Amino acid sequence: MRLTIERSALLKALNHVQSVVERRNTIPILSNVLMSAQGDTLRLTATDLDIEISEGAPADVARAGQTTAPANYLYDFVRKLPDGASVKFDVAPDDPRLLISAGKSRLHLPVLPAGDFPSMPSDGFETKFEIEPTALARLVDKTRFAISTEETRYYLNGIFFHTVDNNGAKLRAVATDGHRLALAEHDAPKGAQGMPGVIVPRKTINELKRLLDDAADMVEIAVSPQKIRFALGDAVLTSKLIDGSFPEYARVIPKNNTKRLKVDNKAFSEAVDRVATVSAERSRSVRLALEGDKVTLTVNNPDAGVATEDLPADYSADAMEIGFNARYLLDVAGQIEGEEALFELADSGSPTLVRDEADEQALYVLMPLRV
Amino acid sequence: MKLCRACARELAGVRCVCGGEQMLAHAELAALAIAHLDCDAFYASIEKRDDPSLEPYPVIVGGGRRGVVSTCCYLARTYGVRSAMPMFKALKLCPHAKVIRGDMRKYVEEGRLIRAMMEALTPQVEPLSIDEAFMDLSGTEALHGASPAQSLIKLQNAIWEARRLTVSIGLSFNKFLAKTASDLDKPRGFSVIGRGEALAFLETRPVATLPGVGPAGATALERNGLRRIGDIRAAGPQRMRALYGDWGAHLFALSMADDPRRVDPHGERKSISAETTFFEDVRELEALEDILWPLCEKVAARCRASDTAGLTLTLKLKDARFKTVTRRRQLPEPTLLAARIFAHARELLAAEADGRVKYRLIGVGLSDFSDAAGADKGDMLDAETPKRAAAEAAIAKARSKFGRGAVQTGRALKTEREE
Repeated sequence: MRLTIERSALLKALNHVQSVVERRNTIPILSNVLMSAQGDTLRLTATDLDIEISEGAPADVARAGQTTAPANYLYDFVRKLPDGASVKFDVAPDDPRLLISAGKSRLHLPVLPAGDFPSMPSDGFETKFEIEPTALARLVDKTRFAISTEETRYYLNGIFFHTVDNNGAKLRAVATDGHRLALAEHDAPKGAQGMPGVIVPRKTINELKRLLDDAADMVEIAVSPQKIRFALGDAVLTSKLIDGSFPEYARVIPKNNTKRLKVDNKAFSEAVDRVATVSAERSRSVRLALEGDKVTLTVNNPDAGVATEDLPADYSADAMEIGFNARYLLDVAGQIEGEEALFELADSGSPTLVRDEADEQALYVLMPLRV
Repeated sequence: MKLCRACARELAGVRCVCGGEQMLAHAELAALAIAHLDCDAFYASIEKRDDPSLEPYPVIVGGGRRGVVSTCCYLARTYGVRSAMPMFKALKLCPHAKVIRGDMRKYVEEGRLIRAMMEALTPQVEPLSIDEAFMDLSGTEALHGASPAQSLIKLQNAIWEARRLTVSIGLSFNKFLAKTASDLDKPRGFSVIGRGEALAFLETRPVATLPGVGPAGATALERNGLRRIGDIRAAGPQRMRALYGDWGAHLFALSMADDPRRVDPHGERKSISAETTFFEDVRELEALEDILWPLCEKVAARCRASDTAGLTLTLKLKDARFKTVTRRRQLPEPTLLAARIFAHARELLAAEADGRVKYRLIGVGLSDFSDAAGADKGDMLDAETPKRAAAEAAIAKARSKFGRGAVQTGRALKTEREE
C-alpha cells in the first residue's frame, strides 16, 4: 500500500472513526484502524464489535492495499502535523511496519494484518429511508438526555425509534430512565413506515451525533431487526441494536392533567439553576409552589442553606406544591425552543407533562420528588 | 507510675496492700486515654465457661465440617489452629478438638452485657465487632476518681467477676496503637504503648501490623523492599505517595505513629452481608441460586432491623481452590427488599457461574446506606417494587409476631429442608 493524502481530509475521517475505539482492549486489533486504499480513496474503519464506523477520504493511491495500525497514535500524530501537510502512507511488502511521513516527520507504526480485522456483516437491512440531518439531529437532541445508564434495565440504555400514526405517519424517538421521559417525532420519511421498533444504544447515539454535526446531505438509514446503519456522506456508521423490548411508555404519559402552568422558559431555567446552588448532592430537589400568577421556587437544604425565588407565571388552578430534580428541570428547559414552557400537572405525586410552546412534536414527562 | 493489676491502686513497692502481685508500670500511664478492648477467644471462652467438661479439650467454634473456624480456644491455638482457617485444615492440625457449632444469640447477648459495662465508664465506645471496641476515656478522671488506666484495670477485673470471661486491653494515644497493644499480651493482657517508645516499637514490626495491610498489601509493599514499618518511615512521605498514592501517604503517617481517627461511638456500619460455606462444592447455577435466596432474606431482614437500605450490592464467590471473586453493582435506588437483592445478585451470579467452576462459598451484601424511608419507591416504569415493598413489610411484621416460620417462600423451603 502506498498513497498520498491531504492532512485535513485524513484528519476529518480519522477523527470520525477513531472515537469508536475503546481505550483498553483485550483484543489487540480492536485498537487499530483498518486502512484500505483503492482507486482514489483511502477508507478508514474502526470498530468495538458493537459499532463500526467507516469513512472514505480522497487520496492519491500509488499502490492499492490494506493494513491496520494503532488508531490513537495515528490520530494523534496526524493531528499534530501542520495544516495543509501532504501525508504519505507506505507499507513495503517485506516490512511489518507502516511508514507515515509528512515533510521531515516520519512515524513507523507496527501493523496487524488487515485480514484479521473484524468486519460487521451488512445484510438483512429490509427497511431503508432517508432523512434530513437536521431532522435526525433534532430527534436525537430532544431525547438523548433522558437515556438511562442503569445496567439492570439495559433496554433503557438507548433511544427507541419507531413509527406511529399520530395525525399522519410519524417517526418517533423516545428515551426514558423511569424518572423522566422525552419524546420527539417527525413526519415519517418515505419508506420508514412499518419499520421494526429499534433501540439504538447510547454510544451509537453519541457517535451519530458527532457525524451529524458535520453532515450536510440526506442521511440514509437502513434497519434490520438486529442492526442499524446510518450513511452520512462519506461516512457509514453501523451498529448493533439493544436486544430487548422497550417498555409500554405510553401509559406513563399523563393524559388528563388539568392544572396548567405557563412560564417564561429562560427566566424559569435561570431561576432553577440559581436556587439549585444549595440543593443536596443526592436528590437535587427543588420545590415549586404554584399560586395565582406566580411560582415560588425553593431549595431547603439543612446542610447548606435555603434559596428561594419568585417568578411570574400563568396559572389559574388551585394552589399546589410539587418537587422536582433540578437537573431534570434544566435538561428539559434546555430542549425547549419556544419562549414559554407549558406544564400540565395533576398533583404533587403524579407525573407532570412539559410541552414546548414552539414545538408540538416534542413532549417531556417528569416524575416528581417528595418534598 | 505503677498500678496494681488486682485493685488498681497506685503503688510504690513490688507488692500491693491488697495482696496483688501483678502490676502495670509505664512512665506515661497517667497520660494515655485511648483504649482497645478485645475479648479473649470470645466464642470458645463462652462455651468453655458454660460447659466445664470442655475444659481439658481444645475447643473450636465454627460451622459444620465444611465451614471455617470462627474462634478457637488458646489450647487449640497451640496446635496451630487459627480463626478463619478452613475446618478440615484445623482438624488435621488438631484432630481431638471439640468442634461446636456455636450459638450466635448467646454470643450477641454476652457481647451486649460487656459493652454495657464499657459504656458505664464512658459514652465514647466504638464497637468494632461483637467482641471488641475502642474506648476514649479522656476527661473521665474526675467522674471516676481514677485515671483511665485505673478505670480499665477495674473494668477488666469486673468483667471477669461478672461474666467469667477474660479480656485484653491495649492503652495508647491513638486507635492504631491501642489496637496493636491489645494484641501483644493475650489473654488477659494489659499493654501500654506510650509516645516515648511508639516509634522505636514500630520500627521493626512487619508492615502487616498496619491496619489495612493484608497479605496482598504486604506483597505489594514487599515488592519495593518495604518489609518493616521502619522501611516505610525510611522511604519518606513523597516516595510512599509516589509509589502507592493516598494509601502510601496514609501508611507513612501510621509508620510515624500518627493516626488521626477519633473514637466515634456512632461509627456507621459500612455493609450488611451474609455468606455461607457449602457442605459440598456446588457448580450448578440453580443450586447456587437456591443457596443465595435465604442469604438475601437474611440481608434484607438485617437492613429492616436497622431501618436502612443499601445502594450498592456485592456478590462474593469462593471457588474450590479458595480463589475469591467479588462482583459489585450499583442499584437504581436504595433497597432493603430480599426479592430485589436476589434479582440483582442472581444476575451477577449468572455471569460467573458457568457450570464449570465449583464453588465452596457464596455471599451477598449491601453497602452505601441511606434511610429506609427513601428506599424501594419504584419509578414511572416500575410499579412492581412498591407492591413488593408492601408485601415484604407485611411478611416481616408477621415474622416478628409469630416467628420466622410464620411466612415462608417456596424457594426458602427448598433449601431449608436440605439443611
